[in-house]
Amino acid sequence: MKFLDEYRDGELAQQLAREIHRITTQPWNIMEVCGGQTHAIVKFGIDELLPKQITLIHGPGCPVCVTPLEMIDKALEIATQPGVIFTSFGDMLRVPGSTTDLLSVRANGGDVRMIYSPLDAVKLAEQNPTKEVVFFGVGFETTAPATAMAVFQAAQKKLKNFSLLISHVLVPPAIEALMSSPNCRVQAFLAAGHVCAIMGYEEYPPLAAKYRVPIVVTGFEPMDILQGILMTIQQLESSRAEVENQYTRAVSRQGNQPAQRLVREVFRIVPRKWRGVGEIPASGLGLAEAYAAFDAEKKFGLADHHVDEPADCLSGQVLQGHIKPNQCPAFGGKCTPEHPLGATMVSSEGACAAYYRYRRHNAAEALFTQ
Amino acid sequence: MNTPDFNASCPLPIQQYPHVLMAHGGGGKLMHQLLENVFGKAFSNPILDTRHDSAQFSVPPGKLAMTTDSYVVRPIFFPGGDIGSMAIHGTVNDLAMSGARPLYLSCGFIIEEGLPMETLWRVVCSMRDAAQRCGVQIVTGDTKVVDRGKGDSLYINTTGIGVIEHSLNIAPQSVQPGDAVIVSGDLGRHGMAIMAVREGLQFESTIESDSAPVHEPVRALNEAGVEIHCLRDLTRGGLASALNEIAEAAGVKIAIEQKAVPVYEDVHAACEMLGLDPLHVANEGRFVAFVAAKDAERAVQILRGHEVSADSAIIGKVVEIAAPLVTLRSAIGASRILDMPSGEQLPRIC
Repeated sequence: MKFLDEYRDGELAQQLAREIHRITTQPWNIMEVCGGQTHAIVKFGIDELLPKQITLIHGPGCPVCVTPLEMIDKALEIATQPGVIFTSFGDMLRVPGSTTDLLSVRANGGDVRMIYSPLDAVKLAEQNPTKEVVFFGVGFETTAPATAMAVFQAAQKKLKNFSLLISHVLVPPAIEALMSSPNCRVQAFLAAGHVCAIMGYEEYPPLAAKYRVPIVVTGFEPMDILQGILMTIQQLESSRAEVENQYTRAVSRQGNQPAQRLVREVFRIVPRKWRGVGEIPASGLGLAEAYAAFDAEKKFGLADHHVDEPADCLSGQVLQGHIKPNQCPAFGGKCTPEHPLGATMVSSEGACAAYYRYRRHNAAEALFTQ
Repeated sequence: MNTPDFNASCPLPIQQYPHVLMAHGGGGKLMHQLLENVFGKAFSNPILDTRHDSAQFSVPPGKLAMTTDSYVVRPIFFPGGDIGSMAIHGTVNDLAMSGARPLYLSCGFIIEEGLPMETLWRVVCSMRDAAQRCGVQIVTGDTKVVDRGKGDSLYINTTGIGVIEHSLNIAPQSVQPGDAVIVSGDLGRHGMAIMAVREGLQFESTIESDSAPVHEPVRALNEAGVEIHCLRDLTRGGLASALNEIAEAAGVKIAIEQKAVPVYEDVHAACEMLGLDPLHVANEGRFVAFVAAKDAERAVQILRGHEVSADSAIIGKVVEIAAPLVTLRSAIGASRILDMPSGEQLPRIC
């Protein structure tokens, strides 16, 4: 397919891999921030082409995975109420809260609908004036503009029956939190290409300078990721710590400014809890004062309550790159995509799900040959 | 596939009732009228026309194959097909997967009160045409009407009987190391066609379902003496599910080459956009064949001689008797597991 197959070319991949082998002289730990990149790495077997000295650490950039359990419980609480149409992106529907998941709420009669765009939720609100339509706004900077547009349109249309359960998060504060943790092993970052397509990459030079880490804005196809790794290793091997852009076909330094303006208009920056990681200051988006009427938490009077993660689930450690998914004792046994203990096993971008889907046989074969 | 112009070729036979009523399932005059003028008229054949409670027929010598399937697809008309033709093709294809020649079908209709009679007639005409193309006769059937709101316009069940005229044991247990794995055509079109219509997704081109009967190419393989070990149609769960099921039942490791698997560009693009894997997506006119290596090339040539399997290709092989496993060599040359899809396929967030 044009504009896709050329980024998946086997011969080119081998060439890039050979160059990475040639210049690598010592061990390096590189974190790919985005779950989409993790998925591509495991799906295409990109890490198998790399020298043994290079370790890819899978980052926290899976929006479903970092949405806290409390927030999913709030979604379930709203979705079970009569007169509510609860709308969400597809992969949130299967994530278990502490008691059930949204698909089960639907099976029990709740009106839970999968939508592709937050604007569809606004349309639903217009078409169903007697119902309360709630959209579960999750995701990083990538999806925030679409959510912002939905709120903005709902305000212009003066809709009273549309609201937002919001759990949007921001990437740079998460990188900062990871780097400032004392046991951080990350020496370089592949920044998330699509986040930067919206936000540009002006936020990153201060981080690169403060923590002496190379940051390379990277795309999602095998060629992108291999080239991003090559650029990162070139920096590491020559003791540079700069911000570079591999994904030039989609990302400019300033990013998408109309989208940024819309996000600034509708949202404000708030502290936000990340599942498995804890609260990170100034790491999320909440509704700005002028749009507070669209806040589903206030509208439905939801109380804050603390929920403990299942003790067997080490997804927090996975999200921070301390362990690989298959190093978790529950992986593939107590925890599978059919019976997930944590969100990293549910989302198609979760590291545990990616390992389970594409790598389980490595573990099985290792056992077999022992 | 062209939708037949049902208005011109098949005038609606019950003019006075524009919608199906509860009484059409109530056993009285209205029901009689529905059976006679709609189903009886469209499906007419000597066995059905005897109007017995059960159909009576003789069968040629040989083993019989029997299968049943229910069809609840939404929407009932979609690009490339409809619930009626799909109900015929699906059951014919299930019979073909044991190498049987399809002979007779039964069909059960569950109709929601209020279904436009014209819609029912259009579906029935489509079934009639599909059955004619497949050379099968609908010899018995049943109709129930359920209260409005208790059904979703129309469900169809078909059961099929076919005769097995070959001596092969077409089953997972016959699969052997070295067997070639062949798909009969491009993958993923039915599932993406349905998803595009159902979710109102706009792509540049309309993706058409691949719904079609595959018994002819299977018969051609049999008649040419191809050593077929196993056949499986690639419906729900797609190629990935079928291969995993066969690996499990046969106790073998199967290796697939991603580059060899035919997927049309529009389907590929739609799947990329939604984060779906075309190998997990449903097909309605595709099958996978496990064939002795010596016959593989010949089998593909035979399949390519039929329109429905013109894009047939060898996509991999059975590696060894081992713990059940399906692996896929990716476009960049690394190998990974090809797993069964888990639950419903859900589009990703970003």
